[in-house]
Amino acid sequence: MNAILGRLGLLVLAGSLVISSTTGCERKAGSAGDGSSSSDIAVGFYGSLTGDGASFGQSSKEGSELAVEEINAAGGVLGKKLRLIVEDDQSKPDEASSAVTKLVTQDKVVAVLGEVASRRSLAAAPVCQKYQVPMITPSSTNEGVTKIGDYIFRICFIDPFQGEVLAKFAYNDLKARKVAILKDISQDYSVGLTDSITKNFTALGGTVLDPVSYSGGDPDFKAILTQVRGQNPDAIFVTGYYTEAAIIARQARELGMKMPLLGGDGWVGDALKNGREALANSFISNHYSADNPAPVVQNFVKAYKAKFNREPDSIAALAYDSVKVLADSITRANSTEGPKLRDAIAKLDLGGVTGQLKMNAERNVDKPAVIQEVTFVNGEVKFVYKTTINPGP
Amino acid sequence: MELFFQQVINGLSLGAIYALIALGYTMVYGVLRLINFAHGDVYMLGAFAGYFIANAMNLDANPSILGAIVVTMGSMAICAAIGVIIERLAYRPVRQHSRLTSLITAIGVSLLLEYGGQVVFTANPRFFPQMIRSETYAIGKVQITNQSLLIIVVSIILMFGLEFIVHRTKIGKAMRATSHNLSVAKLMGINTNFVIAFTFALGSALAAAAGVMVALAIPKIDPLMGLMTGLKAFVAAVLGGIGSIPGAMLGGMIIGLMETWIGATSYSTYRDAVAFGVLILVLLIRPSGIMGSTAAEKV
Repeated sequence: MNAILGRLGLLVLAGSLVISSTTGCERKAGSAGDGSSSSDIAVGFYGSLTGDGASFGQSSKEGSELAVEEINAAGGVLGKKLRLIVEDDQSKPDEASSAVTKLVTQDKVVAVLGEVASRRSLAAAPVCQKYQVPMITPSSTNEGVTKIGDYIFRICFIDPFQGEVLAKFAYNDLKARKVAILKDISQDYSVGLTDSITKNFTALGGTVLDPVSYSGGDPDFKAILTQVRGQNPDAIFVTGYYTEAAIIARQARELGMKMPLLGGDGWVGDALKNGREALANSFISNHYSADNPAPVVQNFVKAYKAKFNREPDSIAALAYDSVKVLADSITRANSTEGPKLRDAIAKLDLGGVTGQLKMNAERNVDKPAVIQEVTFVNGEVKFVYKTTINPGP
Repeated sequence: MELFFQQVINGLSLGAIYALIALGYTMVYGVLRLINFAHGDVYMLGAFAGYFIANAMNLDANPSILGAIVVTMGSMAICAAIGVIIERLAYRPVRQHSRLTSLITAIGVSLLLEYGGQVVFTANPRFFPQMIRSETYAIGKVQITNQSLLIIVVSIILMFGLEFIVHRTKIGKAMRATSHNLSVAKLMGINTNFVIAFTFALGSALAAAAGVMVALAIPKIDPLMGLMTGLKAFVAAVLGGIGSIPGAMLGGMIIGLMETWIGATSYSTYRDAVAFGVLILVLLIRPSGIMGSTAAEKV
């Protein structure tokens, strides 16, 4: 084993040397085109375009591209066009931090948009903070992300609120009194959401069984599900992401567990459809509902469908809003300098596809959440609007 | 009690998979004294081969048992060929060198398949089509799906088939002779190159069968899926006694059951550590494994 690890280490070292030397050359050759030139404004985007979280990355890239296109068609910002520079972090936290370092130090972007998964936002945010480049995460809900520093903003609700919403829905609407939670200990998002659900559900008077842990990428959940089945809960929370949620739903139903399954916005992903019929009787909390009749939502849904030929999920909607937020802030700041732009984002108050975006002192926004029922029709997952839950007491 | 039996069923269907892959490690080791680290990646290729065949046959829309058999056979044939090619191109040229050379070549092949796989198939996980409609049978409160049942039954059939080939056929006799002493077997007129290629083909076909069957029950497949499963199957082979066929089966089942039991406790996230803990213990206490001994017949 030692031999293998040693060899692996050498290979990785050799590989990274080759990569860094080639990128070094490219930089020199193309340095004239880097950064914001007189005619455009460079905006950084990093996301999980490949790997386990590929659906997150693709949706947010598409949402961002649509917004950039619309802004540029309308004349751009401060008379300049926005130019989106996209980096793939392969769903890995360490890649996220190097991608953002590249965007900030080499491409000289004025602001950074991303990520979806909280763990990767947490890994990359310190880089933005260090170089004083504002970062707007469209959909990382872990409380800790914006606590990294005053250059880090988000435009979605946070997990303490999401956990409260889910706990209330399970207790009041599903009448659950004893619940189990499956958490992915390798994801800050899942751990944070689990804590919040536990706190809120207990406060309502319900019982939460000891959380059962798994680790993202595990292929088989039958052992832990069998254990949960023995305790006979009224409902099960699955606080991880969509890939595992699909398999967990399937294996739970195979073990004869028919109780409702609940999840957070992390369930929104293409691969969820592999849960198939097992997804029936599942509910999630989400940022927006594509079937909301408000014109701002329907116009966005129409434009997105025309460009990408599919219905936008909440991740795409938030990414779209994040670009609009940035454009609005640059206009108000009348500058692309980090500190000025930061101050403008801090004073944000803009109507978006996902609701009113008013920045609070913690650099978060107070937004309502929707509860959706997950249905599986004709080989596709459809989220059906159930109810809206507002923040506050 | 029903909880116990449910976990035994879960563990056996996981263990059967490890056992099938462990057989490939053990056979190649028996014949060549080579730990073929690329074997876990052949298992991955088996799952992908099955994925493409099943999609070409549009099995997701119309599942059928016959279709599933065709997919499994097709994938086994493709991987048998891949096994032979790997042996011919990577291992045969270095067979005369020291064993360390072969071992490092094996690691190289393994990395090539994993990261080559990421280039060809992309790193995104794919979901295997549902070739057989999932059904659940209940015995009391113990539930078993037809897929788990299939995994256990097919694995046992394949293992007995392997025992038959090794002990009751002429090529099996040649394999045993080659494993005892390669140069003497050659002097006796056995075409050892053919025997070694055959061993690789057989082991790779079993890994492919495991790949397709796992994908039936746990439909997520990706180019790195063979890494962890392959290492655990390797541990299973060592635990059972590397080189011994019944040992590989036993080792696989034990690892599967242990993992399931750990998964059922509050230490569930340590399940990956179990296999490697076992490896350390076996190497310290009984390096030859449960069924292995210096005098045992090696195949």
